[in-house]
Amino acid sequence: MHTKSWIVAWLAAGIASAVLIGCATTPTDVEVSRQAAAVLKDSFKANGQAGMDRLDQDETQRLCTQYANKALPKDVAEMIEKLNLASIKWPADGKWLGDWKNGERVAQEGRGKQFSDDPKGPVGGNCYACHQLSPQEVSFGTIGPSLLAFGKVRGYNDEMRKYAYGKIWNADAYNACSNMPRFGHSQILTEQQVKDLVALLMDPDSPVNK
Amino acid sequence: MKSLTRLHVVCALGAVAVVTAAAAWAQTSAVDEIAKYRAALKDGNPAELWEVRGQGMWAQPRGPKQVSFEKCDLGLGPGVVKGAYAQMPRYFADADRVLDLESRLLWCMVAQQGYTDADARKSPFGAGNERKSDMEALVAYVTSESRGIKMNVALNHPKEQEAYRLGGKMFAFRGGTHDFSCLTCHGDDGKRIRLQDLPNLTTVAGAQLAYTTWPAYRVSQGELRSFQWRLFDCFRQQRFPELLYGSDASIALTMYLARNANGAAFDAPAIKR
Repeated sequence: MHTKSWIVAWLAAGIASAVLIGCATTPTDVEVSRQAAAVLKDSFKANGQAGMDRLDQDETQRLCTQYANKALPKDVAEMIEKLNLASIKWPADGKWLGDWKNGERVAQEGRGKQFSDDPKGPVGGNCYACHQLSPQEVSFGTIGPSLLAFGKVRGYNDEMRKYAYGKIWNADAYNACSNMPRFGHSQILTEQQVKDLVALLMDPDSPVNK
Repeated sequence: MKSLTRLHVVCALGAVAVVTAAAAWAQTSAVDEIAKYRAALKDGNPAELWEVRGQGMWAQPRGPKQVSFEKCDLGLGPGVVKGAYAQMPRYFADADRVLDLESRLLWCMVAQQGYTDADARKSPFGAGNERKSDMEALVAYVTSESRGIKMNVALNHPKEQEAYRLGGKMFAFRGGTHDFSCLTCHGDDGKRIRLQDLPNLTTVAGAQLAYTTWPAYRVSQGELRSFQWRLFDCFRQQRFPELLYGSDASIALTMYLARNANGAAFDAPAIKR
């Protein structure tokens, strides 16, 4: 009897420690995420305009990281879109279209916000890195969809102009966890630059629509 | 009147078709020309100059203690270079850390050759004709000794497993002004930035293609670039702060990519645009 209870006790202890070891060697997803964020902070240094605060994630970045390798639940996607839509700063003068010629320059310009860039130098949208726009430019990327004939295909109306403005200002308002930067929201481009890009997409005279 | 309208429509459609075809031709021909350029480059790779310089340095007594890298254990025993890179990063008991090649060389410089940590890190990347990096030459030599050898990175030690897990998480970490993560550019098949093809590093085929062709001689920079440089420059373009040379994040990401490349024959130093 005495021996038997000892065996039971040892077995229980064995199982308990096996469970503990198991827990220690396979951390949960949340634990790994937390550790990864902490290790990242120890692995960078501020350089010029790129400060360490760039590693501080906002709610959108945090959620998009969390769901990066799995399907984004519908309620989370809706929450992200709502949050971002609410923060869009619409043009005070109610005008959507700037100058498409300047928009083309903004779309071509790849510099801005890198630690290697002059903080006083130009900041562009680098749209051609990911999108086809004017047909004359054959060096375009494919991470985003082709925007060739954007206005021509969709119609030159205020609804479309507003959509183009909002999408460039904050892409996550329309497509949660978009690959596209939130150009207005994150203060990459000015309101005027966003309007110039809207013109590049929506002005009937823009090469995009020719 | 009716037929005139129809004629206009036909002409307009024809014009659109010609313009579209011309644009497509211009692009295809640009991509073809780049492929030809790359093929031509392979003929004579200046990376050999870095390899030869690195080989010479390997045997030289170095640092305050005048010890050569022949005492440096890259995982297969002191001074063994052949095939060592194909099994890195790995856990090193003497450092009690997982180290990639470059952080291992730093460890040997400090622990064996007597350099201060700051001195060892002084010149990780060369700057064209202005300044050549000893580290990039050493990297060229050591990696060249794994050419043709299959990638075989182990996840035996708990710290190796941890580095791999963390690297995978970091790969998805969104941050900075532009919300970029590694996945933004390297999470899908068949994408390009401008005309530059992007490997999908979440697939075995993509990781193998990319990882086995670094380090590389970068024609546009006139420099041999190491894998630490590759990560450093990706994060610069992601608008992140500066990735610290040999940092834990750099090693974890390298572990994630190197391990995913397992099974493919290593084929570097390569040459890239």
